[in-house]
Formats: sequence, C-alpha cells, structure tokens
Amino acid sequence: MKKLMTGNEALAYGAYLSGVRVGAAYPGTPSTEIMENFARYPGVFAEWAPNEKVAMDVGIGAAYAGSRAMVSMKHVGLNVAADSLFYAVYTGLKGGLVIACADDPGMHSSQNEQDNRNYAKFAKLPMLEPADSEECKQFMGIALEMSEAFDTPVIVRTVTRISHSSSPVEILEDGPPPPPEDLPLYERNPLKCVMVPANARQRHPVIEEKIKKLADYAETIAINRIEPGDDSLGIVASGSVYQYAREVFPNATFLKLGMVYPLPQKLIKEFASRVKTVVVIEELDPFFEEHIRLMGIEVKGKDIFPMIGEFSPSLIHQCALEAGLIDAPAVEAEAAATAPAVELPIRPPILCPGCGHRGMFHVLRETGVLVLGDIGCYTLGFAPPLSAMHTCGCMGASIGVAHGVAKAGVKDRIVAVIGDSTFFHSGIHPLIDVLYNESNITVIIADNSVTAMTGHQQHPGTGITLQKKTTHAVDLEKLVRSIGYNLVDVVDPYNLEKFEEVLENHLNSGKPSVIISKRPCVLYTKEKRTPPQVNADECTNCGTCLDLGCSPLMQEENNVSIDPMLCNGCGLCVQVCPVEAIVHEVN
Amino acid sequence: MEKIDFLMAGVGGQGTILASNILAEVGLELGYDVKKAEVHGMAQRGGTVESHIRWGDKVYAPVAIQGDVDYLLGFEMLEAGRWPAFIKKDAVVIVNRYRIPPPSVNLGKARYPREEELDSLLKSAASRVFWINATEKAKELGNPAVIGVVMLGALSSLVGGEESAWLNVIKRMVPERFVDLNLKAFEAGRQIQLA
Repeated sequence: MKKLMTGNEALAYGAYLSGVRVGAAYPGTPSTEIMENFARYPGVFAEWAPNEKVAMDVGIGAAYAGSRAMVSMKHVGLNVAADSLFYAVYTGLKGGLVIACADDPGMHSSQNEQDNRNYAKFAKLPMLEPADSEECKQFMGIALEMSEAFDTPVIVRTVTRISHSSSPVEILEDGPPPPPEDLPLYERNPLKCVMVPANARQRHPVIEEKIKKLADYAETIAINRIEPGDDSLGIVASGSVYQYAREVFPNATFLKLGMVYPLPQKLIKEFASRVKTVVVIEELDPFFEEHIRLMGIEVKGKDIFPMIGEFSPSLIHQCALEAGLIDAPAVEAEAAATAPAVELPIRPPILCPGCGHRGMFHVLRETGVLVLGDIGCYTLGFAPPLSAMHTCGCMGASIGVAHGVAKAGVKDRIVAVIGDSTFFHSGIHPLIDVLYNESNITVIIADNSVTAMTGHQQHPGTGITLQKKTTHAVDLEKLVRSIGYNLVDVVDPYNLEKFEEVLENHLNSGKPSVIISKRPCVLYTKEKRTPPQVNADECTNCGTCLDLGCSPLMQEENNVSIDPMLCNGCGLCVQVCPVEAIVHEVN
Repeated sequence: MEKIDFLMAGVGGQGTILASNILAEVGLELGYDVKKAEVHGMAQRGGTVESHIRWGDKVYAPVAIQGDVDYLLGFEMLEAGRWPAFIKKDAVVIVNRYRIPPPSVNLGKARYPREEELDSLLKSAASRVFWINATEKAKELGNPAVIGVVMLGALSSLVGGEESAWLNVIKRMVPERFVDLNLKAFEAGRQIQLA
C-alpha cells in the first residue's frame, strides 16, 4: 500500500521502522514536522529540547547507551549543535545516530541559506541526501546501519522542497524490531569517550581512516548510481535538484548521488569517461563541482547555474537554454508579451489580527527606543508600519547585541526583544551577562506561551511535552528573578497605557530590568472576541489605527472600516483612535 | 506522458493546505503518481501561499514548470493574479471573488487591482477564466473555513474522475465532525455553473 507523505513524515516513518527509540529536536522550518511525526509512533520517546545543542547531546547520550537515536533541526540549528556534532564524530557511538537536517535554499523562512553539505566535510562524517519521500524513508534505515557499521553519526540532509513536498511512500507490513527485553548495562569506555587531548589525539587518525573507508563504501552503495541515457550529456545531481534536472533533461545520462559525502571517486571517473560533457547541477555551493575539479575532471557547473537561491525546473531550463545545453524553451512563452500591465501589491507576512506582539511594538515605536530583536513571529515587528525592530541575526542574539551596543555607548535608550521559546533556546546566558557585566538595558520577553512561528510547538515554559504529557513548567518570572534581577514586571500588551507606563518606569530606572509581555498566541488559543465597529460619522480617516498594521483595518474613501471576518476583537484600535470613533458594541 | 498540474494560490490561513492535501490524495486514488509542494512557516502569517499539485504517469519535480500549469485555483483575487506566467494557454482558472487587501493597500500606499484588471490579466494567459463566490457559499454553509472544498467541488466537474474518488478522500481526510459540512461544501461547489 502506498501513502502520500511529506519528506518530513517519511523521515519520521523511516526512523520508526528502523528502530529509533529516542528523538530530540528544536523546532525550525522546514524541519519541524520530522520530530512532531516521530513523536506519534508507539514505543518511542521524543522531545522538544530547549535548543539544538541540547537535542544533539540527548541523541548522542541515547546512542552511547546503545539505542538508535534521531536528532532533527533546520540548517542553522546545526550551527548551534555543531560543537556536539564534532565531538560525537570523534567518540563514535554504540547505537546508530542520525541527524536529520533541513536546509532552506531560497530562505523561505530563514536568516541565511548556508549549504550544510559543508558540515559533512568539516566535521568529517557521512551525509545522505534523499530525492523524494520514499527515499527519505529508505535513507533513514541506510543511515542508521551506516552509523553503526562505521561507528559515526550520519547526517541525512534535505531541503525545503524535500521536507515539505509530498510523494507516495510504500507502507510496510512489518513494524520496527522489538526493543531489548532487558535494560543493558552502560558500556564504559573512557579512552574512546572522554575527549581529553591525549585521548582525542588517538581518535583523530581513526576518523581520517574512517572517512577513507566510507569513500570506498560510497563506490558500492546502490544509492549512488549511474542512470544510463544519451551519453552526449552527463548530469551529476542529488536531492530535489535531481528531480528538477530529470524534468529538463529526460534523455541525459545521470550520476545520481544519494550519498553526498564522502564522494565515490571511481564512480565519478567512470561516469566522466563515459559521457561527452559533465554538468554538475547543485543548489547553493559548488560542493560536488570543486571536488570533481580537484580530481582533474573538466566539468560545467556554477558557470551555468547560480550559487544563490532556490532552483526549480524552470530555472534549470532557462540556464541550460542560455548555456546552449538545450535548444528549445520549456513552453511557448506568448503570454508575457500580451499580458496587460497590472501592478500587484506584494503581500508580506504580517502579525496576525489579535497578536499580542502588536501592542508591544506599538508602544516601542511610540517610545522611540532602539530595539535589538530576535527570531520568531515578533521579528515581523520590524516591518512598516510598526517599524520597531532594528536588528535580528539569529536565535538568542538580541540580548547580547543590546549589551554590546550599551557597552559601546549610544544616546538611544536600549531594549532587547526576545520571544519566550527563543529565550529558553539561548536567551538565558546573555541575560546573565547583562547582570554580571552591568549594562542598564531593558529586556522584553515577548511571551505568547508557545513556539508560535513554526506552528505552535511546546517548550519548557508551557508545562506540556512534545508527547502531550503534563510536566513541570519553568516560570519565566521566577527564573529571571533567581538570576538576580529585581526590576521585573509582567504586563499584558493588550493594555497599551499600562504597557507604556511600565516601559517608561524600566527605562528610567537606571538599572538592568526585564519585562515579560504576556499574551498567549490567539492562533493557538483560538480566542476571538466580538469585533469593534467604526462609527463612520465620527471617523476622521486620520489613519492612526492603520499604523497598528492590522489586516482587518482598511482605509476606505471617507473612513476606516473593519473586516469582521478577519478581526480578532483585541481592541487595540479602540485604544489608539484619537476621536473614539472605534467602539466595542455596547451590550 | 499524461500529466495534470494544479496550482493553488491564496493567503496564509485560507485553507489552501487542506485543499491541496485533498487534491493530491484524489490523484493517488485515481491511480496517478502524485507530488505536491508547498511552503510552511513564516508564510502562514497572512502572507502569500502557493501549493503545487502534480498528477501524472511519472512525476519527478514537486513544483510545476512555468507556463505548463493546467489548472489555477485562486483562493483570493490578487493572489490569482500573480501566476499568469505559470499557466498554459488552454489552462482553466477558477478565482474566488474575495479580497484580502495587503498592508500596503490598507495603508493607502498601493491600490488593490480591480476585478476587470485581474480578469484581463488572467485571460491574457489562459482561455478559460471562471469567477466564483466560494467564500459566500462557505458562509452560507455556516463556516468560511470550507472555501477550499467549495473550490475543489467546482474544479472536480472539470477535471473528471469518478465523484466517489473525491468524496472518499474528503471523508478520509476531514475530522469526523466536519465531514457532513465538507461534503455539502463540495456539492455546493460542484453545482456552480462555470461559464
């Protein structure tokens, strides 16, 4: 039986079938659904860790203990987890460990488009790259076997178009192997697992030897294969790009690489000697291309295809046409010539109607403070008309950056804004630094009580685990006070007057402080109040309410209107209207 | 090689994801190889969303080739207008007559195109452009969330395949307490005269 699955669902299914019993992750688009789906299988433990580094250590621990384990994250999550990844390569593991890691070419929902294939070479471990959901399932099993056979973690790399695309997956009748009946005794092996310099020096040659053996293995593994066709053109590709290239060059000979590191040199040589022209098609970095060039083989690649952005069949077709690899356009393009010129306004993502962050950003903008920001839905507060965030680099950066700005010294009053889940991810250490090294900034924890942007995942503050168990909830206020902050307030951003009063109090206090801006995400709570109404006779059409950047508010010819289907009834517009023309219905 | 490409365009939160899931499953039910692509995450927050659904004897890429899409479903008028370059000359376009103005329009900094403008834009690319009131139908049924299934109902009468295939998939994919509502929505869509 076949079932449609996204790549992420299939990775989870593959992990389950292969006997993975421990999973850990931090949510991040496009990887989030891997662990969400894995968590639903019977007999497994799966968790949202506070961040990717913790997740990686949890996976390594489980694998040290002999269980098969999976850790998942988005591409930039591996930056956070890199320290742990590197030591795990040195120590090796007992049970198989797979890192399912999703890159985001095109930056649909990311701050950069790093190519994580480089991590395989950098950290010296094998990497596989599936090209559809069925391969996601299968490669998970191959990766776990490889992990155990070669005593190394293995990365299974996807991209957005694999993780979030659906294709049929063969459902197997057999489930996973049964778990061991008895708990094993932990195998203590300090020479291998305590990475003091003396021990680590013993391990490094082992790793170099291992990568050579893996390269030999890559020659034989079936997921690296030559797919014969017309030998005048030979295409080297992997993952989603292989599928796009198949559409564009239906007759070419292909070298399809399922294992993208280490590369099979003999197979590549055989392929190159067989075809007239070798063309490497790969998104982002010239990873294969550089390797093949170093082998002394002439290839085309980044001279034809871009290093920037996401590929598509159309883009590959266009580039190939311009380079003379093909001679006809994909389709007759006549529409473009005859299309009337209509200007289409863009539609960027915005804070939802009823979002508590809106009230907070409204006050921050009105106060004119410098806002050092962070990653989450609230990053959208940078955009006009709220325009109240001035930096955002990576998870947890806000507080440290604010501290640095304060130490350099500027005239501005300084605020760091960080979400609750992001704070648990990597905001606690910089918050300690602010107090330890004394800068008088105000940190606002924008607490919507869930990891909202990635689709409402639980976190250490919610009191619920990934597998829906009730658990201890870390109290943000108590946590912050325990560090030593004594100016801490919890305030509802729906109450603009109160919020402004508290903010002014903190900014004028001359000491480091924390405001917890608390309002649960309305998309998550599904809370909806009766929409207010605009009294058209009173409305002067001044546009003050429109500066909230709330989608139900619409400027008409003579007044502002509210679309009741979109409105959440939060009442911020009622509060900001200078002539009291927006009113909640009086019952 | 037989293939049918669909493109759904809308605004985050409009239910394109459920509709695209249903359409992909119907393809599988009808015996096609199927692939589907969409982007989640930040795009959900009121931004532009697009789903590609491809049926065929053998489908490689999950995204369609520009100029080769057979059916465009616009859940929102402006969003439908972004895709003329993707559809083929004899494509069918079904547009839900519903506007969600983007922020720049609300702020008076940009103009929302008129229906006639969008219509001529789409007609310059495709021969058959149908405007339907799916949101209104959904509201009549008591739940604006079912516009996607109303749109699928309208689409189904053009795509063909046994009606039972569509109904089976809806029954399977919708939470039990919403099955009746969605079957009604599908039927309401099927009854819309496309002209």
